[in-house]
Amino acid sequence: MWVQKQRNIIDFTISSLNRRKGKNTALVLVYTLVVFLLASVMFFTQALKREASRVLRDAPELVVQRMSAGRHELVPKKYLAVVETIKGVSSVRGRLWGYYYDPVVGANYTIIVSEEAGHAPGDITVGSGVARARAAASSDIFVLRTYDGATIPFQIKNILPSDSELVSSDLIIMSEPDYRRVFGTAAGYFTDITLKVRNAKEVGTVASKIVSLLPDTRPITRREILRTYDSVFDWRGGLVVVILTGAVLAFIIVAWDKASGLSSDEKKEIGILKAVGWETSDVLLMKFWEGTVISLCSFLTGILLAYVHVFFTSAALFAPVLKGWSVLYPEFRLVPFLDPYQLATLFFLSVVPYTVATIVPSWHAATIDPDSVMRS
Amino acid sequence: MILHPAIIALLLSSGLMSILVVYASWYGFRIVRKWDLGSGSSAQLELERRTYLISTILAYVFGFQLFSLFLYVYTADSLCTLFTGAMCAAGTLNVNGYGYPVLIFKLVNFLLAGFWLIVNYADNRGYDYPLIRFKYFFLIGLAPLLVEETVLQTRYFLGLHANIITSCCGTLFSSTGPSVASDLSSFPAPAMKIAFVCSMSAVITSGIVFMWKGKGSYLLAAASAAALLVSLASLLSFIGPYIYELPTHHCPFCLLQKEYTYVGYPLYFALLSGTVTGMGTGLLTPFRKRSSLAGVVPGLQKKLAAISVFSFALFTLIIMYRLATSNLVM
Amino acid sequence: MSILQLKDISKIFNQGRHNEFIAVDNVSVAIEAGKVTVLRGPSGSGKTTLLSLAGCMARPTSGRILFGDRELTSLPERFLTEIRRAAFGFIFQQFNLVRGITALENVMLPAYPLGGSHDELKNRALELLDLFGIKARASSRSEWLSGGEAQRTAIARALINNPGVVIADEPTAHLDTRLSREFMDIVDRLKAQGKTVIIASHDPLVYEASVIDRVVSMRDGRIEGAGA
Repeated sequence: MWVQKQRNIIDFTISSLNRRKGKNTALVLVYTLVVFLLASVMFFTQALKREASRVLRDAPELVVQRMSAGRHELVPKKYLAVVETIKGVSSVRGRLWGYYYDPVVGANYTIIVSEEAGHAPGDITVGSGVARARAAASSDIFVLRTYDGATIPFQIKNILPSDSELVSSDLIIMSEPDYRRVFGTAAGYFTDITLKVRNAKEVGTVASKIVSLLPDTRPITRREILRTYDSVFDWRGGLVVVILTGAVLAFIIVAWDKASGLSSDEKKEIGILKAVGWETSDVLLMKFWEGTVISLCSFLTGILLAYVHVFFTSAALFAPVLKGWSVLYPEFRLVPFLDPYQLATLFFLSVVPYTVATIVPSWHAATIDPDSVMRS
Repeated sequence: MILHPAIIALLLSSGLMSILVVYASWYGFRIVRKWDLGSGSSAQLELERRTYLISTILAYVFGFQLFSLFLYVYTADSLCTLFTGAMCAAGTLNVNGYGYPVLIFKLVNFLLAGFWLIVNYADNRGYDYPLIRFKYFFLIGLAPLLVEETVLQTRYFLGLHANIITSCCGTLFSSTGPSVASDLSSFPAPAMKIAFVCSMSAVITSGIVFMWKGKGSYLLAAASAAALLVSLASLLSFIGPYIYELPTHHCPFCLLQKEYTYVGYPLYFALLSGTVTGMGTGLLTPFRKRSSLAGVVPGLQKKLAAISVFSFALFTLIIMYRLATSNLVM
Repeated sequence: MSILQLKDISKIFNQGRHNEFIAVDNVSVAIEAGKVTVLRGPSGSGKTTLLSLAGCMARPTSGRILFGDRELTSLPERFLTEIRRAAFGFIFQQFNLVRGITALENVMLPAYPLGGSHDELKNRALELLDLFGIKARASSRSEWLSGGEAQRTAIARALINNPGVVIADEPTAHLDTRLSREFMDIVDRLKAQGKTVIIASHDPLVYEASVIDRVVSMRDGRIEGAGA
């Protein structure tokens, strides 16, 4: 019985929406656009966050850097020995990495030494961003300037695969002697120290021991890095959302305007409904279904479009803002990720304001006097 | 403050809802003062029209409170990675003194909005708006609670600052900073099991008795309230650990996650709906005597009692099933 | 036996303001069941307002309305509407069919909120359209109906919930003589079915028809003595 009543009213609602296609189309378009924008931002930020955390999973548990006068300093070899004495610490390594500015393309590369890669002197591996910037391919010659102005030709052994672009796009991997040659880093010094802790719960304790033994260092845990990345992405995503509240506001005004600006035709129609026996609550129900149908259409379409936009075109519209300024943009496909939580947030950001904007106008419409029909 | 989209969503929508409720209670105030059903004046007609608006607003608020309760918990859960020691929502809510109070407010406001809708429904069935004054006094009382919830929620979120690397000198949070891991206190399991079984039997029995004999609605209401509290305590105490298959995992929020097949949702829905309808039954009893409601209220109460019984039974069944199939032996 | 009693009814618009307008001034009238009553008077005499008050479409500013033995005056809108839906059928001066939907849908409209079986409702509607000879036009859009067809659709709509009282406001205003006579025949049929009919009209064709049982004259919102 109740179900049949809803079906009847929905029937009438849909036919009534169809009869006013022009007005409703404009509203649906704006609504869809708002959902699309918000959803794109959210999907993008979320996917990036997941990508970052996935990739950082392999980052070292604990990194120890040396600070001097608030600036990053090289770590002397003897620090490694000190760290090794701490209980629970395993595989202490000195890491060598630095930034190299390439004036030819105006880009910054990150040069790193990797023991696993086992490069022979003169061989390097470059990330795909670097290769693209210099139009280089495997086994090409790649020239770098040293700190004292000399030039060294390197040979590209291979190019890093694009799945890892997010972190490796700007990388150049070389052997230790080559690194020291390029940057002039003295033997016996490293950029920082990485280490593993046997028991994950002990990371904090180990970090504080390091600080007490080596007061001019700062240990950074992987969790802290992850948190910071999360925060930055959240913050950037949130910032865009805040900016978009302008769009949401405009949308609310459009919705409210459309809902309250009943044409005389519409008013007449409601008057007739009231006159032939529809109660105010029946008309309110009709308005509710109207809002639901419009919201549902716009919400689903907006989300679908956003999904395609973010995961098939890699967020073509947003990338510059959210990725940051850089000459080397990593090209990568985001892993599609959708969860009900995102949808719920989007619902609260779009459907709720729309509903609130239309409550009072709907009510105004529903309380039209049937009397008015008698004397028209 | 953390500029997370979900936080913006919650703050924005809570703000809008508060504005709506204050707007509604302003009209409620006018209705309480000027209502005169016998008069056919246009002022009276206008007031009668307004009541539709207020009912609509409250219906939306009710739905919103339910959703925002879950969204709030979900948001806290997803923010937990930003705070040292926070493993899930339980930790995030502990970050500052507002987290848990907001949750309690949301729960209470949901129940109150539900009660208001039940009273409203009954009032509309009477041909002379018998409960109108009571209803709008109730609304005027409810509004400040909703506003307070919004204020506290805002304060909570404003007071959240992620433990991130903020300066070049870095800060170590594990030892120097406070950790927000919360030990959710829990009651001893055997005693809680008994209490749980007792309270569920009590509420279901009193519900069935009421449906059959039409008496004992206050008992049903009290039993529902008790069932809510006992169930929440039980979830912390032994139900959680059984479902997580981990004796030390007491968090009531992790039930809502995918790993546990989202079992938290049907559980909490059932619990909340059972409580609202059970207590609502008792709420209507004082109004049975009004002439215009005499024919309406008993039937309505029976329906509410039925929903309550069904909800609590469902709740119990799901829990018994999960306990029976759990790999944990305590 | 009176089916409808209006006692000391007044309807004042914009009460207390400078454009206060008294549409109905202290009118008392009893409508008999099963009879055809005509409210006669020039435009502005308050017939339409009185009709809408009688048919539970508006509340009087003062006075009492009794339907059978039930007091309607201070009933909340939802109860009023329930009663009106079940007991009254309205035929408006302008027919007031909803544009853009078919004649059939127009007829079914008043019953939508009741939520009965859709097919049953459809059959009932078709039967009614058949009764008035316009079944063939059932799926035509209401804008495409001729004057007479539109009126008969309006009548069918008024009867969909099988009301006891049929109210018509200036039914012959847009009709030629032939169609007006046809309308009065329909009124005759309704009376034969035992329905009460109330018509407001200043058309002599209506108030001088043989089927009329009683004529109530109105002027300036008041009744000018009851005629028979």
